[in-house]
Amino acid sequence: MTPGSVTEGTTMPRARQLAASVLDPELPMVTIEDLGILRDVAEDDQGRVHVTITPTYSGCPAMETIRADIVSTLELAGYLHVDVEFALSPAWSTDDLTDEGRRKLAEAGIAPPGPVPTGAAGAGPTPLSLSVRCPQCGSLDTRESSRFGSTACKSLWVCRSCREPFDHFKAL
Amino acid sequence: MDTPLFEYTLGLADDALISAQRMGWWISRAPELEEDVALANIGLDQLGQARSLLTYAAELEGEGRTEDGLAYLRDEREFRNVKLVERPMTDFGVAMARLLAFATYQLHLYRALSTSSDTTLAGIAAKAVKEVAYHVDHASHWVLRLGDGTDESHARMQAALDAEWPYLAELFTPIDPSLADRVADPAHLEDAVVAHVRRVVTEATLTMPEVSRALGGGRQGVHTEHLGYLLAEMQHLHRSHPGATW
Repeated sequence: MTPGSVTEGTTMPRARQLAASVLDPELPMVTIEDLGILRDVAEDDQGRVHVTITPTYSGCPAMETIRADIVSTLELAGYLHVDVEFALSPAWSTDDLTDEGRRKLAEAGIAPPGPVPTGAAGAGPTPLSLSVRCPQCGSLDTRESSRFGSTACKSLWVCRSCREPFDHFKAL
Repeated sequence: MDTPLFEYTLGLADDALISAQRMGWWISRAPELEEDVALANIGLDQLGQARSLLTYAAELEGEGRTEDGLAYLRDEREFRNVKLVERPMTDFGVAMARLLAFATYQLHLYRALSTSSDTTLAGIAAKAVKEVAYHVDHASHWVLRLGDGTDESHARMQAALDAEWPYLAELFTPIDPSLADRVADPAHLEDAVVAHVRRVVTEATLTMPEVSRALGGGRQGVHTEHLGYLLAEMQHLHRSHPGATW
């Protein structure tokens, strides 16, 4: 879906559809709906819209841009009173990514996150992690080259089979 | 105003804020490009936590200050961070020793705070605990690699641990009695944090330091001479150009 375009004939309220179409500025292949960070869109009888979103990471620098994009998308569609609230609780998790979002990430060469590990975070001195599938060639023979990547939500990996580097969306 | 809760929140906020500022110093100075990126991301997580905590502190104070007002317009004696986070770290081993200690403390603190009856602090903590788990993980890998590495890296990692350890104790300063049962009391976390760090240190073939405790006082606004210089750099733009944005 392109920003601002709205699919006819669905039951989702129009304001919700519009907000859901906003793209993540750092991962422009997915919408904020795909990421699971769009929590709520409420419209009152005066046409005022209140949107609630949650950050992926506490320090995510994209939040201000996302707020501005939500407001301008709705304003262009005629909603003149839009406010956007940031809610931290309940904390976002990569389990909130939709299947559609995972598919789009993989298509763009970003390995989607696995399920969030159960058990206490950081419990052991050397945590084990499962291998990540190369989004280019599908090989599981990959290695992590850096635990932190180009954005807070990603780590950097290299495939031993096709030799290509790729981003991996970390389970959180 | 609930002064003890304000002071408690400010202490957590300032620890995260000052640590973030020190992490940022490593950008372009870490041993490899990936590490520049990693420490920048860790600093960014801490900054995000600091922003939420400062916003809440300003709300508790109820005098119209904002997160920016608290970060940029307080002087040294008004900061409530521990001395651990404010001291310069020009050796990468020191950075990893400190990150291991501080992130492990934050992990245990935020985990306890996430079930606090204060729903704002609980929400911030539940978000942050998942982030700091990655920081602990990152520091643990480096401490293992350097401690169980060459003679040179082992010696420097041990020296770094010895240098940071005296400052760890201040993190466990007991809280105001009026806050009991409402927030996480760091004094109750010391054994768990030390045991957690010990597992990593032992596996890294290093020795747990046996050193006396450094003087505290950060929570009362008594700091080392290093904080003033850090604040001058962090605050000068905002003070020279109030309200500047880009």
